[in-house]
Amino acid sequence: MRLEYPKNIKIIRVPCTGKVDVMHLLRSIQKGADGVYVVGCLEGNCHYNEGNLRARERVNHVRSLLEEVGLEGDRVRMYNLSSGEGPTFAAYAREMTENILALGPNPLKKWVTRP
Amino acid sequence: MIEGDPGDFQVTLTHHPRYIDPATCTGCGDCARHCPVTAVNEINRGLDDRRAAYIEYAQAVPLAYAIDTDVCVGCGLCENICLAKAIRYDDKERESNLTVGSVILSPGGKGFDPSGLDFYGYGKYPNVVTSEGFERILSAGGPYFGHLMRPLDREEPEKIAWLQCVGSRDTNNCRNGYCSSVCCMYAVKEAMIAKEHAHGDLDCAIFNIDMRTFGKDYEKYFLRARDKDGVRFVKSRIHTIDEISETGDLVLRYADEAGEIREETFSMVVLSVGLQVPETSQDLANRLDIQLNTSNFVATTPFEPVSTSRPGIYTCGVFQGPKDIPGSVTEAGAAACLAGRDLAESRGKDVEPLEIPEELDVSDQEARIGVFVCNCGINIGGIVDVSKVQEYAKRLPNVVFADQNLFTCSQDTQEKIKEKITEYGLNRVVVASCSPKTHEQMFMETLEACGLNKYLFEMANIRNQNSWIHSKDHDGATKKAMDLVRMAVARAGLLKPLREKVISVTQRALVIGGGVAGMNAALSLAKQGFEVVLIEKEPGLGGLSGRLHHTIEGADVRAYLQELIQEVGTHEKIEILTEARVTGFGGYKGNFETEVVVGSDTEKRSIRHGVIIVATGAAEYRPKEYLYGEDDRVITQLELSDILEEKGLDGASSVVMIQCVGSRNDENPECSRICCQSAVKNALHIKELSPETQIYILYRDIRTYGLLESYYTEARNKGIIFIRFTQKSPPLVESSAEGILVTVKDHILQRDIQIKPDLLALSAGVIAQDTNDLSSIMKLGRNSEGFFIEAHVKLRPVDMPGDGIFLCGTAHGPKLISETISQAHAAASRATTFLANSEMKLSAINARVDTEHCVKCLTCVRSCPFQVPAYNEEEGVIEIDEALCHGCGVCTGVCPRQTIQLGFYEDDQIACKIDALLAEGL
Repeated sequence: MRLEYPKNIKIIRVPCTGKVDVMHLLRSIQKGADGVYVVGCLEGNCHYNEGNLRARERVNHVRSLLEEVGLEGDRVRMYNLSSGEGPTFAAYAREMTENILALGPNPLKKWVTRP
Repeated sequence: MIEGDPGDFQVTLTHHPRYIDPATCTGCGDCARHCPVTAVNEINRGLDDRRAAYIEYAQAVPLAYAIDTDVCVGCGLCENICLAKAIRYDDKERESNLTVGSVILSPGGKGFDPSGLDFYGYGKYPNVVTSEGFERILSAGGPYFGHLMRPLDREEPEKIAWLQCVGSRDTNNCRNGYCSSVCCMYAVKEAMIAKEHAHGDLDCAIFNIDMRTFGKDYEKYFLRARDKDGVRFVKSRIHTIDEISETGDLVLRYADEAGEIREETFSMVVLSVGLQVPETSQDLANRLDIQLNTSNFVATTPFEPVSTSRPGIYTCGVFQGPKDIPGSVTEAGAAACLAGRDLAESRGKDVEPLEIPEELDVSDQEARIGVFVCNCGINIGGIVDVSKVQEYAKRLPNVVFADQNLFTCSQDTQEKIKEKITEYGLNRVVVASCSPKTHEQMFMETLEACGLNKYLFEMANIRNQNSWIHSKDHDGATKKAMDLVRMAVARAGLLKPLREKVISVTQRALVIGGGVAGMNAALSLAKQGFEVVLIEKEPGLGGLSGRLHHTIEGADVRAYLQELIQEVGTHEKIEILTEARVTGFGGYKGNFETEVVVGSDTEKRSIRHGVIIVATGAAEYRPKEYLYGEDDRVITQLELSDILEEKGLDGASSVVMIQCVGSRNDENPECSRICCQSAVKNALHIKELSPETQIYILYRDIRTYGLLESYYTEARNKGIIFIRFTQKSPPLVESSAEGILVTVKDHILQRDIQIKPDLLALSAGVIAQDTNDLSSIMKLGRNSEGFFIEAHVKLRPVDMPGDGIFLCGTAHGPKLISETISQAHAAASRATTFLANSEMKLSAINARVDTEHCVKCLTCVRSCPFQVPAYNEEEGVIEIDEALCHGCGVCTGVCPRQTIQLGFYEDDQIACKIDALLAEGL
């Protein structure tokens, strides 16, 4: 469909959003990503029954952890869609980017040491 | 043309020219983008345009373009632009020949074209669309990209009406007297999705004669739409649509339930068009000497529902009769089963095993990564500076070689990759091109051909996730391509070789239930040479069908059953255990072990088997309503058919039947699917025995779906009276010495009428057999009505969620005997895919426990959606069986000590991508 969405989004493939660990989400923020989001199947439609429900729980957990340390929880989000919904995927990508632009850069960035 | 006999057919195929070679076309779409000619886009039902060089839709298989020569002007632009050199203007129609043993005809159906019915105004009023068109409007890939808009002014509609039975149940305006079976359900679905897509409060009204939501769980969906989401259902067939020319709105006039004439204005009208067999398929049938029935579907019989009139040729899907996707997929399985059964002897004879060189051991080597960057014609190369990406890749850690190709997926490039693997001693390969969904498998095979483990491969999707979507920003896309390649290289360095474990398969099936479903499944497997153990809890075979006499078509169920029992009973491959019950169960796909106790035996028998087919059946509901069991003159439909077959009616002057007894109520919200046709069947039988007998059928919706509709029509023609009632005001039944008194409110007269029948027949619903023990022993899921749950309603309708376990017959949900037979063959077909080989390969993407560091907290045991991790008390360790693991990775995420890793997706293999991405900042 070649629907345009912001370039700042890079995708990491996992077999199921149930594989996405709290560690992966925290590490992204720790290493300086301004935001990270998980895109899973529609709720009730998980190929592995409940992976996307667990992912949502983890995302919510990470959001509260970030709030606890004084960062914006909304840097981490979960979206659900079906594989036939290209335009929705692009819309969520834009929505997330706008959300992050409103939040501004990740304050942890200045602490990240690069090789 | 098909000549010859079953087992040896000579098939002549005509290939129509596509003018683009599908083998060379890469599906990049440049031809369509440059084509200057527009044409009507048929797939979007004319709501938008396409080009002369086109592909029907993005999901088409093969993903190859074609040229529509009806509109092509021959300008030559596409030939110039195509880097893959796939354009063939001189393509010609050609013939080819095939020798096959069996044939399956599945050309499908098409929607009825309402343009000939001027009173609907389709083609004249822009805001009247067919349901097929509306489906495209709702689709994200459709003409309006999923935005709910009406064609005239692209405004969002506020009120939409669906008109049911357009081109179905209509012998007046078209010749389709049958019911199309699917339109009620899709109309409800379209209304629900439209409401979801709408920004305001969308008003949806479905104008229908009967709502026929008869499939498994369909009634619940209908109730949700009506009661929760406020979709309106109006019992009325609309005669004419008028347009208000100023606004494009549409006016419907109809009589409401009380007989009042109403006029309502809608922003849009959807015609729920029925299914029919296109003329081209009718021609096909004629050419192949296949008989069609009067409605132009393939003529089949109730006991051989997918066999055509020509031996060795089978059919499935809408060509067989109107049906929905689950029904079509099931029937496809049945046709495949019978086609394969005829050829069981020659199974696997033409298969040549692939020679794979012995795998190189790279475990001690440091990563030596080769990166192949693809131009994909100009799809990537036209936007991304591929040379720059190639040079960048060369400088990344562990990369010893980087190259670029015009098309990395082409056959000659595979040879080139193989050469480079050997020349540079590569032990990891990264391809930066398109989606692993389409190409990963092919590249993995290239690795295997060089002796490299196929899991030492990684893809960076720099086309779909980059050049295609950032085509206006070449520098930005080049930078993103470098980011993606850097991430892929980081991951490749950490990949490990994985083993796909091979397990043996016990080539024997266990079939649970000896009714029509179980016996057909057992016989189908036995005829293919597999051993079958058939267990039945009753002393004899037959199940619910033992209580039936004839099908509505007049086929003799008793004779069929007798023959089937005889055949199953004497088949050398089938062992029958009656009065048997399952007491224990264990194992996994290919290797199950079930404990069975037979009769009054004290000893348990152990059966080893590779697959299970669950066919436990159903029973007739025993009514608590309408004086059943209190008054002898109140009987069920099955009891009535016994009377009709055995001694006739004995001069009854009138009979009343009440529908939906034990179905579609608070206790059992589901429709039992078969009772409407049972009532019509018995009513016609009564009319045949005693034409003078008055028959009244009290119903809520008559659901004689598909070709059953003709019997409903016949019943009305024969003077059987149908009186509709609502769930809120059911008939009142009283008993007195003179007879039974039935009081019901007639919806046309709007007043109570009283009938004094000699007999009251209750259309008692279908209830599942008691399978509490079985489902808990074998861990098989059931819905709230007690019917077993399939793995996926549409995609895997006869599989159960556990691998190697299949489902058929009324254990799955109420259905006709013909549908049960199809489903039994389909289950056998699916089972064959497990039994055909003595070994099977397991996926290497599964979870492994590091038992050294595991603290046995059992979190994984509690969290696995498939209950796979188990605590081995003897060894004191958590075990995850490779054969049972689905590879979702949920356990790896919950393990508090990270002692579980998912193959190919280990934590550091994911984390390294995050690190690599962020290493250069954002």
